[in-house]
Amino acid sequence: MISRIFGWLFDPANTGAIVSRTLEHLQYSVVALALAALIAIPAGMYVGHTGRGRFAVVNLAGAARAIPTLGLLYLMVLLLGPRLTGDVAFLLPNLLVLVVLAIPPILSGTYAGIDEVDPAARDAAKGMGLTGREVLLRVEFPCALPLVFSGLRSALLQVVATATIAATAGLGGLGRFLIDGLAVRDFPQMAAGAILVAVLALLCDLVFGLAQRYAVSPGISGRTRRRTRRARRERDADSGASASRTERDRLDAGASAS
Amino acid sequence: MIEFDSVTKEYPDGTVAVGDLSLRAPTGEITVLVGPSGCGKTTSLRMINRMIEPTSGTITIDGEDSGSVDPARLRRGIGYVIQHAGLFPHRTIVQNIMTVPTLLGWDGGKAKARAMELMERVGLDPAFADRYPNQLSGGQQQRVGVARALAADPPVMLMDEPFSAVDPVVREGLQDEFLRLQSEMGKTIVFVTHDIDEAVKLGDRIAVLDVGGRLAQIASPAVLLAEPASDMVADFVGRDRGYRALAFTGGQVRADDEPTVPLGASVEDARAAAGGARWLLVLDEEGRPAGWVEPAKMAAPASADFLNRGGTVARADGSLRQALDAALSSPSGRGVLVSPDGALIGTVPAGRVVEAIEAERVHRTEGGAS
Ligand SMILES: Nc1ncnc2c1ncn2[C@@H]1O[C@H](COP(=O)(O)OP(=O)(O)O)[C@@H](O)[C@H]1O
Ligand SMILES: [Mg+2]
Repeated sequence: MISRIFGWLFDPANTGAIVSRTLEHLQYSVVALALAALIAIPAGMYVGHTGRGRFAVVNLAGAARAIPTLGLLYLMVLLLGPRLTGDVAFLLPNLLVLVVLAIPPILSGTYAGIDEVDPAARDAAKGMGLTGREVLLRVEFPCALPLVFSGLRSALLQVVATATIAATAGLGGLGRFLIDGLAVRDFPQMAAGAILVAVLALLCDLVFGLAQRYAVSPGISGRTRRRTRRARRERDADSGASASRTERDRLDAGASAS
Repeated sequence: MIEFDSVTKEYPDGTVAVGDLSLRAPTGEITVLVGPSGCGKTTSLRMINRMIEPTSGTITIDGEDSGSVDPARLRRGIGYVIQHAGLFPHRTIVQNIMTVPTLLGWDGGKAKARAMELMERVGLDPAFADRYPNQLSGGQQQRVGVARALAADPPVMLMDEPFSAVDPVVREGLQDEFLRLQSEMGKTIVFVTHDIDEAVKLGDRIAVLDVGGRLAQIASPAVLLAEPASDMVADFVGRDRGYRALAFTGGQVRADDEPTVPLGASVEDARAAAGGARWLLVLDEEGRPAGWVEPAKMAAPASADFLNRGGTVARADGSLRQALDAALSSPSGRGVLVSPDGALIGTVPAGRVVEAIEAERVHRTEGGAS
């Protein structure tokens, strides 16, 4: 069975289809994720910064898990299809479903990231004369990045996995191999399609992981941990040193109180 | 000068945190707001830079009503230091310190040079410049917090319990350095603490607040300790205020010559120098007191390792509190007095310091009566 799957995957006759289906799949996913991020990140920033709408965000994230994706897709096609023509009649509902799916994790990640920013840092920023907007963009958002990224990454995994349903609405993407394979009972093709989706999802996650490494300050990503341990050693040495320094101060002068 | 004129703050829930407060924080001085937890110290402080808006009354800074200035612009001209430093975790130490200069549009090179200079001044190793806050100890972070507040050289500094979250030994070092910095800079500082010892140590003037943000007394530390205006103030400044007040009492005590040996002296030399006394003072290479030894128990030359360093050392020109503390803490019962450069002058027993305190008191009360 496994050799038949690999046989299908590496059959030169399938290479063209694999490449173009993968690109289609990637396209749906990236467009959906970008749209979702465009909506959810600013909304999450607003909610995190102002505290307004916190209740809605928390509940939305929970409720969104219960949305039946396929049902939503058919509903959208039914509602929007008659009003649109051509490919768009299927493309748009499909995109909307993916966007709806991707918004909650990004929104709650962004919100939680900003909500968890050290209140002392926020207070200090404001107290030094940063405007509300500056506090948000220069302090809160950079500090929230790890959670923004984890929201983006979990949204991306869901979107890549779910973009297979595009095929059920007559579109392309890797889902085609599943649908078409099922139609002709070509199980190696179906399994290969599933594998490709998984591999694509992992690759995308890897890319985001690298982007995260690059974007998040080492001061919060914990990549200074090794140096931190060293700092802790020095710190212990330092407090020892300051203890003896104080001892010496007392010997030196003891004059500090006057 | 910062002036509170009948300032009241009532929170929306009805809590009156500050009630009709009027006080002045003179230019170039440290004014400490002290009082029990919840008495409105933080609220008062944060009204100065409009982090909190007063319900009524006005606060003026050098004659200008702070309520009439754009809050962000106002705050850029006021240094602000808080308890947990509040450093930006995603920025390096030097970037943290450069925050306000950057906001003010300073050229990057100039801002960085200023930040490096400040690290030096607050006692931070320049090697920390490119580290992140999570790599520093609490005490080091607090130093960064102070440097950051000083970066644009604001004339006014607001400090809210800046040294409360670090351990006592580190705190004492930070306080000493803060006083040294202030003696160089002469900022107008409003400093909040709940610790009366810290208030007495740092304040030029101390405002004691009572619950509800009412001013109980404002006075110099010496006056506050000697003449508390009410039972509340007397309770708050504590039972050993008589002893603490000695910190502000100068007076002459005669020092006895003290036999000494240098570090490294042999057992025989030490026993000869002590002449039968149990404790012998050892001086370091520069003639400064290093500690005490017991010649009878010595088995090897006097090395720094086994000196008794229990005794504090008082400056002969310092307060009687230091002299008394030196005598009380010395293993030999003889308090070590030194000159301003740390060189030994002699020793004094506790009894003689107490006599000097008494003489000083008589002198003062008779001087007051005539
Ligand atoms: N945002 C707020 N809303 C309501 N009450 C507050 C608020 N902030 C402080 N308080 C109350 O005001 C009083 C003074 O608080 P604060 O100025 O923080 O005191 P302190 O700094 O002296 O401990 C306290 O009783 C506190 O509970
Ligand atoms: Mg407080």
